[in-house]
Amino acid sequence: MKDMQDGYTTADGRKIGGVVMEMKNITLRFGGVVAIKDISFDIREGEIRAIIGPNGAGKSSMLNVISGFYVPQEGEVWFHGAPRPQMKPYEVAKQGIARTFQNIALFEGMSVLDNVMTGRLGHMKSGMFAQALWRGKAEAEEVANREVAEKIIDFLEIQHIRKTPVARLPYGLKKRVELARALAAEPKLLLLDEPMAGMNVEEKEDMSRFILDVNDEFGTTIALIEHDMGVVMDLSDRVVVMDYGKKIGDGTPDEVRNNQDVIDAYLGVSND
Amino acid sequence: MPDQFLYATEVFINGLMAGVLYALVALGFVLIYKASGIFNYAQGVMALFAAMTLVGIMNGQVPFSHIINAVFGTEIHHFGWHVPAFLAILLTVGVMVIFAWLVQRLVMRHLVGQEPIILFMATIGLAYFLEGVSDLMWGSEIKKLDVGLPQGGSFWIEDMTAGLGSDNFYGFFIDNLDMVATVVAALLVTGLVLFSQYTKQGRAMRAVADDHQAALSVGISLNFIWVLVWSVAGFVALVAGIMWGTKSGVQFSLSLIALKALPVLMLGGFTSIPGAIVGGLIIGVGEKMFEFWIGPLVGGATENWFAYVLALLFLVFRPQGLFGEKIIERV
Repeated sequence: MKDMQDGYTTADGRKIGGVVMEMKNITLRFGGVVAIKDISFDIREGEIRAIIGPNGAGKSSMLNVISGFYVPQEGEVWFHGAPRPQMKPYEVAKQGIARTFQNIALFEGMSVLDNVMTGRLGHMKSGMFAQALWRGKAEAEEVANREVAEKIIDFLEIQHIRKTPVARLPYGLKKRVELARALAAEPKLLLLDEPMAGMNVEEKEDMSRFILDVNDEFGTTIALIEHDMGVVMDLSDRVVVMDYGKKIGDGTPDEVRNNQDVIDAYLGVSND
Repeated sequence: MPDQFLYATEVFINGLMAGVLYALVALGFVLIYKASGIFNYAQGVMALFAAMTLVGIMNGQVPFSHIINAVFGTEIHHFGWHVPAFLAILLTVGVMVIFAWLVQRLVMRHLVGQEPIILFMATIGLAYFLEGVSDLMWGSEIKKLDVGLPQGGSFWIEDMTAGLGSDNFYGFFIDNLDMVATVVAALLVTGLVLFSQYTKQGRAMRAVADDHQAALSVGISLNFIWVLVWSVAGFVALVAGIMWGTKSGVQFSLSLIALKALPVLMLGGFTSIPGAIVGGLIIGVGEKMFEFWIGPLVGGATENWFAYVLALLFLVFRPQGLFGEKIIERV
């Protein structure tokens, strides 16, 4: 599996393509605290890439670097074969990188459908007056956008709450709506920040299934953060392991599972 | 028909139209509050500033002429041309957009994430600053604003209705300007609703109002939206400024109409565009009818306080207003 210039084939026979995003020697500091220390890894087209590590390892910081919320002091982010200039989060989103948040950031006052439709904002190109008056190109565009949104709503099995204001939904469903909104953008890269955090076993299983289905059905490249080892190992094709801001492992779940550094980080090292 | 009933009807209609003018001011508040959670104390002064700028441009006045003359010892006051109303309105819209951009760039951008009370204080500062700038720029004398809107009572309506009552009844007195204001307000609200419900920018505006982080993650630029919102609020201020300025002259007291917008907002809710309209109408009709029936019993001048007392009652029994988002706390 090493030296895979043009991708590789996973254990279950899926073809993984070339590099979509590459992190090169990223270092991120907050004052004197080093959150990420000289980390490099890549994300390939069509794969599910996980970043794991104990609490405080710098996983979320890494995701925030990818999505432009944090600017690293050193290192480069390469996207589609070119270094990315420093960007605001909304510019990153416009490039086709959608994300969800650990603490859920939804438009609480809007219905589920409206939330999902905001994911389509980047795909609305017709003029302001055409949109306001519902004329010409705008109408066809709105219908097309609506179709994509409905398809995703169907896919994630949230049809029954389409018109419900998000504020009234329970936690697990909110997480799913957030995933739907991110998917509606038809992203080139989907970032999931602890998609299973705070869920019970059943909800975790559902979410895992949706993540796998999304990857399978839409071919979406997914990078996710999680600290539940079991879930990650079942889901992902390749895993980066972080501890105290450093990368201590990178490879298939099996490789990572047998990596002594990883075992030490998770279980602690005995000193006898 | 009994005269008393006809008089009441006339008062009612006039109340509705006064209400439309209140609603115009309230709209500006709602727009900014919805999109950024800021209660913009400067909205009334923005209406004054917009109206003064419009008059200044129309008359070809040289901005800051007092300062220029004082510093350079010159005696210039006018460019010597007159700009047609339509062009002047467009130019004033341009000025309001620049103003919006400056507010965002110099003030609001540095206060992102601050407490609402701090943002509110900032707008109070902005109000006084803008008030001073308006005076410096265009002078503080009372100016006449005439963009060609019809004024005075409508003879047509007066003639039409004169026959309804007894000989003592001379027909309804309805101001033409009020009718124009009603039509303009209706168009404005329709435009705003279409804009915020159906356009990409409008949807982005609602998204920003709801959650900043989420808005960023779907590719919305917060700065752009805030400039847009302040520009739209500036435009609404201009419309309100034109209507009020035509009615009672462009002068400092124009900025005080903002105070009349407060009870309207408490009735309608701070977050609802239809609420601002209905709230305005209720206040307008309420205060005119109250003055008509109760006024004579208590010595008149009830219009000065009626709106505030009504707002107080609403605060006690329905704090979110008629159309405001219900305050639900999940525990």
